[in-house]
Amino acid sequence: MMATKRAYYAGVRFAPYDLVKEFVFALAAVTVLVIVLAALLSSPDVPSLTIKTVATQTPQNYVQLELDSLDGNGDVAGYGPPYNHQSGSVQYIGPVSVQNLFGVHIPVNPARDYVLGPLEQTRRSDPALAAALQTFRTAPATTQSKWEAAYNSALLKAKQQGSKLTIPSCSCGPVTLMMSRLLALGQSGAMDGLLLTSRHFYQTDYTRPLLFMNYTDAMANKATKYNLLGSTWGVMNETGNYPGQAWLWLYTLLYQIPPYTTAWAANTDALAILTVTILSLLLLLLPWIPGLNRLPRIIPVYRLIWRHHYRTGGNG
Amino acid sequence: MSWTSSLQRKLSEGLPYDQLLPDEQPAYVHSYVYLFGVATIGSFVLLVVTGVILAAFGPQWWHGAAVGHFFNSLHFWAAQAFFFFMVVHLWTAFFQGAWRDGRGLTWVSGVVTFLVSIVTAFTGYVSQQNFDSQWIATQGKDAMNSVGVGAFFNVLNFGQMYGFHVFIMPVVVAGLMGVHLTLVRLRGVVRPYDLPGPSKRRVSEVA
Repeated sequence: MMATKRAYYAGVRFAPYDLVKEFVFALAAVTVLVIVLAALLSSPDVPSLTIKTVATQTPQNYVQLELDSLDGNGDVAGYGPPYNHQSGSVQYIGPVSVQNLFGVHIPVNPARDYVLGPLEQTRRSDPALAAALQTFRTAPATTQSKWEAAYNSALLKAKQQGSKLTIPSCSCGPVTLMMSRLLALGQSGAMDGLLLTSRHFYQTDYTRPLLFMNYTDAMANKATKYNLLGSTWGVMNETGNYPGQAWLWLYTLLYQIPPYTTAWAANTDALAILTVTILSLLLLLLPWIPGLNRLPRIIPVYRLIWRHHYRTGGNG
Repeated sequence: MSWTSSLQRKLSEGLPYDQLLPDEQPAYVHSYVYLFGVATIGSFVLLVVTGVILAAFGPQWWHGAAVGHFFNSLHFWAAQAFFFFMVVHLWTAFFQGAWRDGRGLTWVSGVVTFLVSIVTAFTGYVSQQNFDSQWIATQGKDAMNSVGVGAFFNVLNFGQMYGFHVFIMPVVVAGLMGVHLTLVRLRGVVRPYDLPGPSKRRVSEVA
């Protein structure tokens, strides 16, 4: 035993202690516990949502998102860094936006990525679509906007019966055909593949399809069904009656209380993370914070932990 | 001067094996609360074993095959056990004032392990490839983006998150746990608080 340690333990009685046996027994006990829990309770595994499901179950909402992507009015188009240079989802801590400071690192162009790109990939086998795309691309921006606005008005009056969507006739130029083809691509399942981002054979990056689905009614409806919304402690919940990420309770709590839900609502994420970071630093530096480092001395839980020691007068 | 000899001497002086693996402990180490630390290590071992098996067979296996789903359940409950034991260990260390008498770094290494484990679990949740992954990733991205982290830690990128979860984060957690355990063994277990009394104020309150 090192000299400093020997001095520290001067007068302390030592007893045999088998650390290896303790570890083996603990591992065995935890293994049995986990096997029993897994066998009895299984684990959550609700199938993922697909673009095909979105387009089939909520065709009007799907087409609306495609149109918003084309005319630049969608949530993704207006998000801001790291996807683009807009400001719709940019958050601030006081006067500073760290989000803006880091800039655009994962560029997403909704008109290109969600509309024109997928249509371009299918135009060769579809002469009518090729002509419509040509007409759209060569039209002046003001004309494009007029078609998009007309289609937007028509879409609001559309009738949805199951997966079928009937749009009233309108002076929408090529946009009508483009949206019709996008709906067909979505409902066939082709769009799930077309939105994958790498443009290589192997796919591992789901940024674009997930960003698209993020703002669909189908995703919100499914999340509501499983009580996953932020207002219902959703960040730490998971599907089914499972414990979820219970360790995020403090962070999730902030999303339920003022001022995070009121005055700070526009910057909730940034301020919640800042708060949790400060609290984490307090926990980390607890040994050196006067007052806080004496708390356990004041709260007599230690008497319970070391009750045998105290009962035996310091000899046990 | 031989670097090897120098390292050998420093290791033998700084990390004597009888300190790293002692066969006796102070008699006051006589409480069930001391078991939560070792239960956390046991859970971590289970997480690694089940995680390696899941990674070896891949996502289609853990979603499509009954055995695969069972191993997914083992991994899931091992994670729950890991956090349960670690949080109880953290609280009991707090109530013991375990940072006293020069054990500040031991406390810091434990808290950092806890915080890094939270990130590790998060990367696991978004790597499952089910609806939970989709929802947690799409909701979590706003928090990451709001503080700039999303620019290089893209929770919507399965490949990146999976790499973090199956290699980078476990290695970091294992390393931190190693540091924590080494400090625990080298510094020894903190002495109990003296009960209030004029002649018994021996143990300092600060690290």
